[in-house]
Amino acid sequence: MSIAPEHAPKMAQASFAHRIGPWMPVLLVPMLVVLGFLAIPSTSSWLTLTVSGLAMGMMIFIMASGLTLVFGLMDVINFGHGAFVSVGAFVGVSVLLMLGHMTDAPSLGLNLVALLVAVIGAMIATGAMGWAFEKVIVMPVYGHHLKQILVTMGGLIVVEQLIIVLWGPEEIYINRPEALKGAITFAGAALEKYRLVAVVVGLVVFAAMRWVLRRTKIGLIVRAGVQNGEMVEALGYRLRMIFVGVFIAGSALAGLGGVMWGLYQEVITAHMGNQAMILIFIVVIIGGLGSVEGCFIGALLVGLLQNYVAFLEPKAALISNIGLMVAILMWRPMGMIPVVKAK
Amino acid sequence: MMATVLSGDLPRSRVLALILLAILICLALAPFLFPGVRTVDTAARICIFIVLVASYDLLLGYGGIVSFAHTMFFGIGAYGVALASTHMGRGFDAIFVGATAGAVLAAALALLIGLFSLRVRAIFFAMITLAVASAVAVLVSQMSGLTGGEDGLTFKIPRELGPAFKFGDRFMGVKLNGKLLAYYFVFFGALILFLLMLRVVNSPFGRVLQAIRENDFRAEAIGYRVVYYRVAATCLSAAAAALAGSLYAVWLRYVGPDTSLSMEIMIDILLMVVIGGMGTMYGAVIGATLFVIAQNYLQNLMGAASGMFEGLPVLPDLLSADRWLLWLGVLFILSVYFFPTGVVGRLRHGK
Amino acid sequence: MSDPILRLDGVYTNIAQYHILQGVDLEVPRGAVTMLLGRNGVGKTTTLRTVIGHWRAHKGTVTFDGEDITRKPTPAIARAGLGFVPEDMGVFADLTVEENMVLAAVSGPIDSARLDWVFTIFPPLKTFWKSEAGTLSGGQKQMLSIARVMIEDRKLYLIDEPTKGLAPAIITTMARALKDLKEQGASILLVEQNFAVAKALGDTANVMDDGRMIWSGQMAELATNAALQEQLMGLSLDAH
Repeated sequence: MSIAPEHAPKMAQASFAHRIGPWMPVLLVPMLVVLGFLAIPSTSSWLTLTVSGLAMGMMIFIMASGLTLVFGLMDVINFGHGAFVSVGAFVGVSVLLMLGHMTDAPSLGLNLVALLVAVIGAMIATGAMGWAFEKVIVMPVYGHHLKQILVTMGGLIVVEQLIIVLWGPEEIYINRPEALKGAITFAGAALEKYRLVAVVVGLVVFAAMRWVLRRTKIGLIVRAGVQNGEMVEALGYRLRMIFVGVFIAGSALAGLGGVMWGLYQEVITAHMGNQAMILIFIVVIIGGLGSVEGCFIGALLVGLLQNYVAFLEPKAALISNIGLMVAILMWRPMGMIPVVKAK
Repeated sequence: MMATVLSGDLPRSRVLALILLAILICLALAPFLFPGVRTVDTAARICIFIVLVASYDLLLGYGGIVSFAHTMFFGIGAYGVALASTHMGRGFDAIFVGATAGAVLAAALALLIGLFSLRVRAIFFAMITLAVASAVAVLVSQMSGLTGGEDGLTFKIPRELGPAFKFGDRFMGVKLNGKLLAYYFVFFGALILFLLMLRVVNSPFGRVLQAIRENDFRAEAIGYRVVYYRVAATCLSAAAAALAGSLYAVWLRYVGPDTSLSMEIMIDILLMVVIGGMGTMYGAVIGATLFVIAQNYLQNLMGAASGMFEGLPVLPDLLSADRWLLWLGVLFILSVYFFPTGVVGRLRHGK
Repeated sequence: MSDPILRLDGVYTNIAQYHILQGVDLEVPRGAVTMLLGRNGVGKTTTLRTVIGHWRAHKGTVTFDGEDITRKPTPAIARAGLGFVPEDMGVFADLTVEENMVLAAVSGPIDSARLDWVFTIFPPLKTFWKSEAGTLSGGQKQMLSIARVMIEDRKLYLIDEPTKGLAPAIITTMARALKDLKEQGASILLVEQNFAVAKALGDTANVMDDGRMIWSGQMAELATNAALQEQLMGLSLDAH
């Protein structure tokens, strides 16, 4: 055997653009915040808008995270994901209305307990629904995108109609719990308490998700499965079980997002999930289908941009998000953090 | 002769041929066979939806691409005619200009969206069209100065197509007026568009499209640029949908978000394609006919059924006429699972 | 050997409309290295993938350790004691070397003595323990893929072309690793194009052509018989 030439890889000095590349998506969020600061004349309005943009972003992230993971893991695209948002909102709001004596009391403790009960109820309902949805609607059409889109869309229609059967066709108005009404003033800017809570909840969910994905074996399996499911199975892990688990968790998170979104808007309708899907799709596409981090960054960008633009030019808000999507896809056609699949 | 008109794509089933013939005769003679404002209106809607659904099938059934922007293209054609007729004054020239501009704009928009999303992944297309179509729908209702917002636009069409124009007394008991001409304007417009699309799917272009749907890797390996074919199909489909929208605007003499842009119509189109049979063109005829008739008459039936279960829990709500979409949704899912080739596929192959 | 660890009887596997395996018979004895040889595209990889359950045999049976695994799902086959190194290595690029190894230890935490042994064979893995596997060189990725099956004791190791596309120095490392594994009494089914490696490691050899097994016997016999090599594989691999 011949002697191999000394294997000495040269660590070529990476160009600045190359080194900054992986961090670009993360930097986009502060860049947008600074841009908003420059564009918006009043600092206090800017602060208010930034908080509400972040709050909106967090809620979109919570709703969208399950969708992106489900796609990454099993290549399943669920157009009915919005159904979980709607159902979560209706179940959660119903629970809150039943606990009216607790939400009307001016006690933060009682309010939070009521909210917690509502959230848990919504998550159990949507989690169970996710399990059934996966079994009945999604499983028969694995590996077939066209049918997946059609069937999950059909599932969405059926669920929306069932909501109307159970709760009636009228929209339901809801008051936020007493202690979460109103705003606090910080540096001259009015910051709605509820939005601050939404930001905190969003951060907690993101941190918990990252912890599970990075620090637990289940998380490792999920991340490995997104890249190469076949190999995960060849190591002895039942990917299908994991997938069902992720589907249920993602549905439950969508339900949580639904409750939060409903309280944010203070009105819920059977179609609210479908409407939220528009932003959810934009977020998962620009984030990179399958990437939780990308989804998080994308959601913050969409939330911030929507709020800044709505302040500057109300009619352009939704179009601005389409513009953002176009710009990001021109820059990175697979989204900000593309998920590289084996094969 | 017949084979040439149908571009060699014959029904290939005796029952199917008879049903298609019956539909053709009924539509061709609708004002005489079923006189009455409501029935003629139903017939015109069927004609228009056949074109709309066929154009969607060109994309979904032949190209294997799911779009949620089809009503947007439909709406662009409808608003094109409405705006042209409003600003140029009534006339066939306004209809022509509006329809052409609508079709061109729809094709251009489809080209943009297609180049953007189909380049990367076909499923991006479904998501991006959903987002773009919703944004456009919101935009149309916000730009009320131009589009009339939620109220829409009512406009005048050429005098010759209005009920006030008379060109004879009566024929077989039917008044010979402009409304009759308007129906035949819609009928022949739809017939020509349908036959053109039949030609497209049976051309070499259509064959390549189907090859791509079956196996895009192989098609690419043989040397076809898959993206170009898919984008071209998107543009054609969008233009045809816009023309269907123009016909609809002429027929209704009105456009509004609810009649042309709404998500409900998008779902109707999906149901019609799947129930009729994807990738068959004739499926569009069957699907649209069945669906429009069901839409008009099934609701009454369900209302009656709901009344029968009065007093029981939930059941009356489930059967209420307003909940017909629920049952269509269930039917839709079952069709995709068990009946993916739809009525036409069944008639052709199933025994 | 009367009771082979793995046995294929008349296995047929189709991929789409192509009939790739057309009646493969194979016996893999315990505690030995069994070579699977043949030109490119004759069905060696498909044979391994059929054993692990990535492809399904539509005819014939696969028996592993006395148990019929033909219809079992892949995870169950793997848990029965099969370690698989695919042709493309199957390294999880976004995970660190450590995380790759943690996943490979299916039955629990990594055994530290065994890990030390792996580190002595593949020192770079210790150096890059916390690095993402995607940043490793091709040879290091291959080391990781072999290390992953070595981290636990498997009843049978299925290894697909571990030396493919590697520099000669790294091929030597791979060969030594497999030899170490063999000396521990492991049963190995190895697909290998590098005849020098095959000759050094193999106990028995099986040659495939066109979806069938055309020759089975002792590696030593094949290694010394150039005419037989010429006949079975169309070219003398010894020339490499």
